[in-house]
Amino acid sequence: MIEELLDYIGMFFVLIGSLFFLFGTIGLVRMPDLYNRMQASTKTTTLGVLSFLVGIGLMELSWLIKLLIIAFFVVLTAPIGASALARASYKHGIKLWKKSVVDKYKEGKND
Amino acid sequence: MISFDFTDPFILTFLLLLVCMLIAMIRVLLGPTTPDRVVGLDTINTLVIAAMIIYGAAFDEVIYIDVAIVYALLSFITTLFIAKYLEGGKL
Repeated sequence: MIEELLDYIGMFFVLIGSLFFLFGTIGLVRMPDLYNRMQASTKTTTLGVLSFLVGIGLMELSWLIKLLIIAFFVVLTAPIGASALARASYKHGIKLWKKSVVDKYKEGKND
Repeated sequence: MISFDFTDPFILTFLLLLVCMLIAMIRVLLGPTTPDRVVGLDTINTLVIAAMIIYGAAFDEVIYIDVAIVYALLSFITTLFIAKYLEGGKL
């Protein structure tokens, strides 16, 4: 009884996670410049992985510890990697989209 | 011979993740600059981790989980090294 209930809750979480993956990859293709693409893909895949791993952990309870370790790694490392990549590509000379209105990095340098 | 049961929700999710990887591969192929391709590859890395885990759950193999832990760490290190290279510093 309780295992069936956990199965259904886990499937719901896995469904939410895979929808996040789908929307993130669509945003990766459709967004206009590098920084928009980066935030679309990174935010959605981080949240998607968290939901996905919790869902599978609820379905296979003996794997829950290892899955939480992976979720911890991904949630910790994906934003660090993305911010390092954004800073590096700004210094590499990638321009913002022409309709972007604010550039905090440049403003901070002028102070 | 492994037979795939296409009504299994695990297999359906796995196929959805493969479709996501193909969509991200479009960005890797036509991204105008190098950092665009790197962002695409980063997304594909995260998708590969999720796909490994769902494959392990579908066929009840625990070894895929261990592989996914190592893969997550290595993909993070790869992204940091590429960022360092783009910034123009010494490796």
